[in-house]
Amino acid sequence: MRETFTKGMARNIYYGGAVFFFLVLIGLTVDTVKSLPKTDNSENLTEQVAAGKRLWEINNCIGCHTLLGEGAYFAPELGNVYTRFGESTEAIKAFIKYRPVDGIPGRRSMPQFNLTDEQLEALAQFLKYVDGVKTARDWPPNIQG
Amino acid sequence: MKYESQGIAKMYFIAAIALFVGQILFGTIMGLQYVMGDFLFPELPFNVVRMVHTNLLIIWLLFGFMGSAYFLVPEESERELFSPMLAKVMFWIFLFAGVMTILGYLLVPYARLAEITMNDLLPTMGREFLEQPTITKIGIVIVVLAFLFNIGMTILTGRKTVINVVLLTGMVGLAVFFLFSFYNPDNIVLDKYFWWFVVHLWVEGVWELIMASLLAYVLIKVTGVDREVVEKWLYIIIAMALISGLLGTGHHFFWIGTPDYWQWIGSVFSALEPIPFFMMTLFAFNVVNKRRRDHPNKAAVLWALGTAVMAFLGAGVWGFLHTLAPVNFYTHGTQITAAHGHMAFYGAYVMVVLTMISYSMPLMRGQKAANVTAQLLEMWSFWLMTISMVFITLFLTGAGIVQVYLQRYSDDPLPFMVVQEKIALFYWMREVAGVVFLIGLMLYIYSFFAKGKEVEFVEE
Repeated sequence: MRETFTKGMARNIYYGGAVFFFLVLIGLTVDTVKSLPKTDNSENLTEQVAAGKRLWEINNCIGCHTLLGEGAYFAPELGNVYTRFGESTEAIKAFIKYRPVDGIPGRRSMPQFNLTDEQLEALAQFLKYVDGVKTARDWPPNIQG
Repeated sequence: MKYESQGIAKMYFIAAIALFVGQILFGTIMGLQYVMGDFLFPELPFNVVRMVHTNLLIIWLLFGFMGSAYFLVPEESERELFSPMLAKVMFWIFLFAGVMTILGYLLVPYARLAEITMNDLLPTMGREFLEQPTITKIGIVIVVLAFLFNIGMTILTGRKTVINVVLLTGMVGLAVFFLFSFYNPDNIVLDKYFWWFVVHLWVEGVWELIMASLLAYVLIKVTGVDREVVEKWLYIIIAMALISGLLGTGHHFFWIGTPDYWQWIGSVFSALEPIPFFMMTLFAFNVVNKRRRDHPNKAAVLWALGTAVMAFLGAGVWGFLHTLAPVNFYTHGTQITAAHGHMAFYGAYVMVVLTMISYSMPLMRGQKAANVTAQLLEMWSFWLMTISMVFITLFLTGAGIVQVYLQRYSDDPLPFMVVQEKIALFYWMREVAGVVFLIGLMLYIYSFFAKGKEVEFVEE
């Protein structure tokens, strides 16, 4: 680099740029958090949904599935599974409940998690709640997720 | 090696390489499960294998970063490490915590692990990459704080250079942003939003500071180029990394229920994210061309140039490929993401750690550079691993393009699993490339034990 551009100038760009853009990020974060109630479906965030989220977590569902596009890419997107299953929590529960313990020969299959009916309901309600989050452009692009 | 305490890095590097082997073994298992869905089912379901694969990566890179810092900091600071004993104790604690966590994933169902580790008290488990039990996360915080104290005291009471201060800043950032892993609100949008404060602000933020400073250090050592020149480059690279990367976080906020303005902010700033990586490439080739000496450790020079190029391709080019919101609308959460993830992690963070190991390991073993045969084998392993990673990325990209078309873009979108079967050929080829990577890794390890003619060099 040319001598007219000194190390001091580079250092100032680093400190100035980092501090400035970090402050902008914080500002936008505050704005985002404030405006979330318009889109985040928090009016339907019941205790049952919260329990469902915990079940989602402790069974490591994200280890195979994506949820709103984030997670593993081994199994279908579940952010819109409630819509895909005909807006039926019963269908979601039945799917999870009747997974064969030893899987399906030659194919990917979901483990049998042995959830109770109460847990199944909570998990299904959680997935229904996530489906209710208003994503931009109504992502995913279509019902297949 | 100028200071005895630099030698502590060796145990960190050995652990890092051992865990790296585990990561790749589990990677090849996953790759097979993609095409043989019932492989090892139900004993080792995909989610467990993936968790082991990604968590081993994180743990061994942290070992690599800490080892690199323990080697670099005393020399840059011109004094012995503040407390070699603390570094040794923390090594064993971290290794124990890491191995126990991985065994926990493998030996008991994840829900049972959550129960045993009392996840209910402070639920943090079950989020991608942050699957570690809360107790492990606390362990990571303790180890990293002790590490920061150790290198911080060394730097503050020694010589402060741009390199060691930037490295320290990166490590402090790593620790600070990891604290967001303890925040797990019930609100899924909030959860996802702040989850990225760990994941994005690590790999597209403060880790770039760590990477750039390690690269700068090795380049000074192997080229003898004036420190002033290197430091100017370093500042401008990390300036661009943060200027683009901080608001670049927005490219994760397109479709998770966050405001629409993120589509513009995320697209514009993340489109700038390749710039710091491109500058690293320019920087590396520039200083190697202007070198004042021919360092006998040719392998280290190759790794240094390689990491700059591959980080630019993986993080820069493959990141840009799907970072603009209108494109990402279709590609979000597909094999395109997987393709990018693989080459970016390998090019930027795996390779920079291997660069440090390549440079420092011979010095810690009392040589200036590894013998001729060992270096030759190491360079072969460089090419095997790097080229197979290029192919893994290309095959996943191919799979991703077809997946996006069939599942997201065509007039008659097909279900996920139907599409997965149609792209199985790409997965088979990815698996073959993965096995070649594993062979490259075996060769890499063998190179440390290969005997041969000592390198000749002119004493400076």
